[in-house]
Amino acid sequence: MSSTTNTTTIGTIGAPSRRNTELAMLVFAVLIPVFAYINVGLAKDGSVPAGVLGYSLGLGLLAGVAHLVVRKWAPYADPLMLPIATLLNGLGLIFIWRLDQEPSLGKAMAPNQLMWSTLGVALFLGILIFLKDHRVLQRYTYISMVIALVLLVAPMFFPGVNGAKIWITIPGLGSLQPGEFAKIIIAIFFAGYLMVKRDALALASRRFMGLYLPRGRDLGPILVIWALSLMILVFETDLGTSLLFFGLFVVMLYVATERTSWIVFGLLLSAGGAVAVATFESHVQVRVHNWLNPLELLNGGVTETAQAMYSFGSGGILGSGLGQGYSRLIQGIAPKSDYILATVGEEVGLAGLMAILLLYGLLIERGIRTALAARDPFGKLLAVGLSGAFALQVFVVAGGVTGLIPLTGMTMPFLAQGGSSVIANWALVGILLRISDTARRPAPAPAPSTDAEMTQVVRP
Amino acid sequence: MNKPLRRVAIFCGLLVLALLVRVNWVQFVQGDELKNDPHNRRVAIERYSTPRGNIIVDGKAITGSTTTDSGDFKYKRTYKNGKMWAPVTGYASQAFDSNQLEKLNDGILSGTDDRLFFSRTVDMFTGGKQKGGNVVTTLDAKAQKAAFEGLGDQKGAVAAINPETGAILALASTPSYDPSTFAGMSNKDAEAYSALQKKNNPDEPMLNRALRQTYPPGSTFKVVTAAAALENGLYNDVDSKTVSPLPYTLPDTSGIELKNEGNIPCENASLREALRWSCNTVFGKISADLGNKKMKDEAEKFGFNDPKIDTPVRAAESIFPKDNRPQNAMAGIGQASNRATPLQMAMVASAVANGGKLMKPYMVDQLVATNLNVVQQHTPQEMSRPLSPENAQKIQSIMETVVKNGTGTNAQIPNVTVGGKTGTAQHGENNKDNPYAWFISYAKTDKGTPVAVAVVIEGSDTLRDDIAGGKLAAPIAKRVMEAVLEGEK
Repeated sequence: MSSTTNTTTIGTIGAPSRRNTELAMLVFAVLIPVFAYINVGLAKDGSVPAGVLGYSLGLGLLAGVAHLVVRKWAPYADPLMLPIATLLNGLGLIFIWRLDQEPSLGKAMAPNQLMWSTLGVALFLGILIFLKDHRVLQRYTYISMVIALVLLVAPMFFPGVNGAKIWITIPGLGSLQPGEFAKIIIAIFFAGYLMVKRDALALASRRFMGLYLPRGRDLGPILVIWALSLMILVFETDLGTSLLFFGLFVVMLYVATERTSWIVFGLLLSAGGAVAVATFESHVQVRVHNWLNPLELLNGGVTETAQAMYSFGSGGILGSGLGQGYSRLIQGIAPKSDYILATVGEEVGLAGLMAILLLYGLLIERGIRTALAARDPFGKLLAVGLSGAFALQVFVVAGGVTGLIPLTGMTMPFLAQGGSSVIANWALVGILLRISDTARRPAPAPAPSTDAEMTQVVRP
Repeated sequence: MNKPLRRVAIFCGLLVLALLVRVNWVQFVQGDELKNDPHNRRVAIERYSTPRGNIIVDGKAITGSTTTDSGDFKYKRTYKNGKMWAPVTGYASQAFDSNQLEKLNDGILSGTDDRLFFSRTVDMFTGGKQKGGNVVTTLDAKAQKAAFEGLGDQKGAVAAINPETGAILALASTPSYDPSTFAGMSNKDAEAYSALQKKNNPDEPMLNRALRQTYPPGSTFKVVTAAAALENGLYNDVDSKTVSPLPYTLPDTSGIELKNEGNIPCENASLREALRWSCNTVFGKISADLGNKKMKDEAEKFGFNDPKIDTPVRAAESIFPKDNRPQNAMAGIGQASNRATPLQMAMVASAVANGGKLMKPYMVDQLVATNLNVVQQHTPQEMSRPLSPENAQKIQSIMETVVKNGTGTNAQIPNVTVGGKTGTAQHGENNKDNPYAWFISYAKTDKGTPVAVAVVIEGSDTLRDDIAGGKLAAPIAKRVMEAVLEGEK
């Protein structure tokens, strides 16, 4: 918390709240999806879709209410995060609706997604209204740990879906992807835990070959988390979640202790674990094989991986235009969730896909900037944890779908279909806004000092 | 805590940068490759999204396109009188690829050929739907109809050429198939396709017998042997006696006789008489006297042993074998390992008819873009000169005798000079299979020589002697020649 002078978001007295900037941005964030919606309708049926008025009013209303609540309850919050989240969520709805127009891809999912998005925004607003100070969360450090463990372990006891056990299924109610919520809760736990332990972890160490080696007993927690993420990988066959949690922990540990040695340890452990698991876990081997041979035929048929690659390639630089692509060819399990990025790539092309990736990048960097600006260590750790988790998730999903890394079963935040994901990510943005509001809020005016007079320099 | 935070910010930036680099790689660097990957269904969807260009005969399209409602392919191919034209067009199926003209000219027909770039670019700006160009063939609809109907229910093939240019006028093969029946990709198409395959249909309807099947040419090959005799100076006059003993024993054998069909006057017969009666002994001896090398050289000048006769559909290679003396003697009468396609034998007749000059056979005259610009125009090309003009005259004269008062009288056309040669090729071990009936001929008017034709009929079970060719094949050749001559008027 030492040097904060070269960050512009630090509030000085009388700093602008930037709420009007946010409002202007929000107008774009609402208009762009509305135009996209009309565009899809024109391309598919040659007419403006009937739902366009309802959709634009709905999205506008959500954005408007969110803006008003931010204006009232978090006036100094970051001005970009809400518009970016709105834009991504709005575009996601359009892409899901666009894929709903393909009869071969099963039942419509956009209406449900709209409902989940509304719930997500409601949770976002709830957090802004009721969570006056993020430091309250610090009190729940160990409860968070228990909840996170339960959420992470629970899917093991439910039947797997398409090779990955990442769901909790409640008969009659639907299913829940607990990993999405666990990501936030575990960040709270890490932030609380590391804030207390950081000095012990950072200072009590031996120097060895230029690295500060932690003491054995301090290694305990990191080994527990490592074992847990390997367990997730083995028993839930979920590469993505496993990578996300371990990566999150290493990042937060590094920030808390400022010791590079933790990163070295983290990388060694994760690489070792991944290789060890890959040698006997066939699910992981299949994913790696598909990653190395994306276009390989399976029983003479074209695989989903290959279809996704064809989608990207066929989109080219400018894309086929919304509603004019053939990403419906990505049949199988997840054209609207895991593979939605392929539709984006095909229909809005490299240009559009890069724009969307940059939006994610911007959101992530605003989150880290919030961490820089935060005045308390817990806020810093929490903000960097949440942004880091978000960044890792974006990287793991987008990297997987584009073939940069092996594919894992995760969803693109905001963009992809999936209720748990959209609700959890709105909550995540809510907490980040709360931290940034606290960080940028002008400090209360110092009380008038009684001996001010005496310290005046009197010039002769 | 801010130093590690800044590093984390950089790290996250690098993650996003890696993604940006990756999507550039996939969508830009690899983009075209992925876009045009044969397994990328978009290629096929795009291909069938507009009506395919047509194959044209006599100014009329013999193909078409129709919209389908099955699956994601909008248009599929249709054929007018598909069975008759299948040996010309080949097929273009959504499920089973394409072949022959449909395949070779796919770029033009589907509109992806680079030579259509200009008209495509114009279409793009004027908003016109991209559409394939047309393939204009040399075929003669009347001749094709005569050939196809002449073959009727028999198994066989007809090839007719314009000797002066090499333009293919008719190309029929029976039994045939209708490529329309499997142009789409439904289960019905798959059934129709499967029923046509060799293993389900021993008649092999999808075999293009006119181009792709070789038969022993039998006595029709005697024309080539006669040509070799004249060209090599073995005999110089078609009307003077040859040195031809009867009976004739095959060289290097212990008394195996080469027999004639029936008791015909073949002893020392002149070339004219020998061809008129189709004397095996005379031509067998000529082949033996000339030797394998000279016979092979002459046959090759007529197009034998050429694996690349592209019309542009590639014809199967006709073979005059390199062989020992008795086999070479047999090859001289179109037996032994001698094999020829109907097109090859039509080429033999056409070279004779065209004064000894063999023109390269072709069936695509023009490729035409959507805007009717000619993209490619075929110019007739000389392929070889198997005969000098004088010798060609001599062969013509004796072939005309065959039709006037020999085995080929069934091919006579009033007021038209017709030259021809019958053939009945034995095949199978000890000739147990039904022989092939052959007839090759040309027709001459005072205006020129507009047609040469070869007909082969498989399995003429009623007639096993040499008149089979004259009985079964000659009438078909006559109908084809008449059809062409009618068009000439």
